[in-house]
Amino acid sequence: MSNYLVKKGLILLSSLFLVTVLTFFLMHAIPGDPFIQDKAIPEEILQALHKHYGLDQPLYVQFFKYLDGVLHFELGPSFKYEGRTVNEIISTGFPVSFYLGMEALVIAVFGGICLGSIAAMNHRRLPDYIMMVIAVLGISVPSFILATFLQYLLAMKLSLLPVARWGSFSQTIMPALSLAALPLAFIARLTRSNMIEVLQQDYIQTAKSKGLNGIKVLLRHVLRNALLPVVTYLGPLTAAVMTGSFAIEKIFGIPGLGQWFVMSITNRDYTVIMGVTIFYSALLLLCVFIVDLLYCFIDPRIKQDYDKK
Amino acid sequence: MQKWLLAPLLLLQLLAGCGKPSSSYLPKKQELRLNLKSEPPTLDPRKATDTTSVSVLNLCFEGLTRMNPENEPTLAAAQSFTLSEDQACYTFTLRDSLWSDGHPVTAYDFEKTLKTMLNPLFPCEFAADLYIIKHAKPAKLGKCGLDQVGVIALDEKTLQIQLEHPVPYFLSCLASHAFFPTPSHVVEKNPQWLDQEYVSNGPFYLKERQYHLSMLLKKNPYYWDKEQVRLETVHLALIQDELTELSMFENAELDWAGYPLSNLPTEALPSLLQEGILNQYEIAGTYSYVFNTTQFPFNNAQIRRALSLAINREEIVNNITMMNQKPAMNLVPPMLWAQTPACFKDHDLMEAKRCFAKGLEELGIKQEEFPAVTLSYNTLVGHHKIAQAIQQQWNLALGIQVKLVNKEWKVFLDELQHGQFQVARLGGIASIEDPTTFLDEYRYLSNGKNCSKWSHPRFTALLEESDLTADATKRLALLREAESILIQEMPVAPIYFYTGVYIKQPYVKGVHISKLNQMDLKWAYVETDE
Repeated sequence: MSNYLVKKGLILLSSLFLVTVLTFFLMHAIPGDPFIQDKAIPEEILQALHKHYGLDQPLYVQFFKYLDGVLHFELGPSFKYEGRTVNEIISTGFPVSFYLGMEALVIAVFGGICLGSIAAMNHRRLPDYIMMVIAVLGISVPSFILATFLQYLLAMKLSLLPVARWGSFSQTIMPALSLAALPLAFIARLTRSNMIEVLQQDYIQTAKSKGLNGIKVLLRHVLRNALLPVVTYLGPLTAAVMTGSFAIEKIFGIPGLGQWFVMSITNRDYTVIMGVTIFYSALLLLCVFIVDLLYCFIDPRIKQDYDKK
Repeated sequence: MQKWLLAPLLLLQLLAGCGKPSSSYLPKKQELRLNLKSEPPTLDPRKATDTTSVSVLNLCFEGLTRMNPENEPTLAAAQSFTLSEDQACYTFTLRDSLWSDGHPVTAYDFEKTLKTMLNPLFPCEFAADLYIIKHAKPAKLGKCGLDQVGVIALDEKTLQIQLEHPVPYFLSCLASHAFFPTPSHVVEKNPQWLDQEYVSNGPFYLKERQYHLSMLLKKNPYYWDKEQVRLETVHLALIQDELTELSMFENAELDWAGYPLSNLPTEALPSLLQEGILNQYEIAGTYSYVFNTTQFPFNNAQIRRALSLAINREEIVNNITMMNQKPAMNLVPPMLWAQTPACFKDHDLMEAKRCFAKGLEELGIKQEEFPAVTLSYNTLVGHHKIAQAIQQQWNLALGIQVKLVNKEWKVFLDELQHGQFQVARLGGIASIEDPTTFLDEYRYLSNGKNCSKWSHPRFTALLEESDLTADATKRLALLREAESILIQEMPVAPIYFYTGVYIKQPYVKGVHISKLNQMDLKWAYVETDE
């Protein structure tokens, strides 16, 4: 078991390092720099700016300096936003995205499992078809279209919710729903197909014929086995949903982390690009790691495999 | 099954339209809710270069002068001034005014701010705007000391500014953020002043700032002219999405949508126009296409002229941009000098064909040998549509094959400034209220803004002569002649003059928008129900 953990941990750290190196050099390879703008800056001023921000040094020097900062959890100042550090940008943006992401995750997981189960239990009957239409819509309609539609319907036409912005619970509902739609549909489909398969297994027939009630069979025997693939999907999903979405944050004017992934590149805000990328990779790898751990408990076969070796 | 699907739809239909505020609604307080669109990168007047930051600075700070609603510079932080015989040395007497923390505004604040910006080590991107001040450029280059720069505070209330040459529009320059003072008693003590102690001297001060969410401005109780300021509160939302902004406006969550702080979605313009609530105004700015004059075949003036004449500007403004823009047959917008006759005729196919034939002859090539032209622009639907139209117009008029290439913004700028293009989109809004703001770009080859790499000895000589001409009429005549040379040579093809569009709630009054597309709320107010 500990072997398994050490191996996974090492893979995690080396992946993170690789991501850092690749991002750093790719980022510097794209044309344009943080200070280029439509009003051309005289050469002497540009040089002074580069010197001020340490961009005049050779690239490898900049890289090792940066790496040194990262090891001390110092991600540097933003080039574009005066007086703001990347640490601060992450520490103020992440809680917002986390809150929204969790709300969306809860909706997606509960909604998805419920819809999937109902569909599977009513296989090839009306509820099944309705659920599947919803799922197909959820997968095929992009979140920003759904967001605009919800805005039009719930805020403009029905005046039930505020159009946008951030601060109260009512302002989180529409963005959370828009974010949840795709994973919800995906989870519903996963649950449904796995449940249909599990429901045909002999042990389910046995449980039913022993006279256990339907709910018990469903919860203890069917769902537990049908949800394994959902757990796998949950790792990357959690990381993605917690770090926010550019489109949703833009449409609803939410001060989350998601917009920085796009904005930092448009601005060539080097330190922010690096900071948010490293943060996202670390979070993603961590979530995948946790899923691996969870697997050991849910699926005893994995643990046994490792213990044998 | 179909019937129960209809039920929720019917319910929605019934509920639709509920909760809309009526058109006769009047607010209770002197409060204005605007959308600033994006987070201002900096609120330091010494560093800001982008329009978002400058919009906030214009509300919070005030220079020696301020543009009044008639677009004339009037004395603001200065009470009076004298101008030397050679018209190059201004001596200002400051009025007794206070910073928003109650400290007096002094001439030293102005001097220290300007000299900091000109310090070679200080990261000020627009320092070149200050090069009209004597010895400013050598100081920034580190070739002379800051003590030689022509800005001196003679005492607490007297500021002397010595210029390199007479600048007839200098009083308007002083109203821009480049010449705003910073509170030296705070800046020197607290390097974190932007976050912790944001002190300003304008009609409003920053009360609260939530990054990427909102800003709250309050009327400055220490402002010298506070009787004129009627608004008590200005809320600035930071909504990037134009459609969301429009929805919020329609839901009465905003008092203003569109220019000059943001933009209206192009798709919404026709219906807003039809409803009769769309407001339009002219901006001193020109949308144009620049030719890379170092590249064959654009090294030939006749070819450039032919391409420019073949553009059908009327068609573009009527069918594509649709914001009531005027076709541009001059580089300098008519707003910056009274009544300029158009330098050429729009869509003059006869003349275009004649110039094209002459150009081909000069280059010594046949029509079939004329290479395919690459037209670059930054990725944006509006630019793409215009480029498509021009692609077709050139093809029809002159039989030229045009390839369209769109680039990400910073990549586009990088290629533009390094001369890696043939024809490229260029757009600019005047930074000062004077024709030189457009003409100066082409004065010297060394100017980074001169992407065309075009230069002309007579053009340069005329601009240099205009610097030394104190007589306003003579100076304008020189500038007009310079412009006509530029248009004759056509390193840049003007297409249309910018306009701005906005919608506002009917109770919003007195908002002033300058020729440079900057909003001023000093005189703004809302009609309240009292």
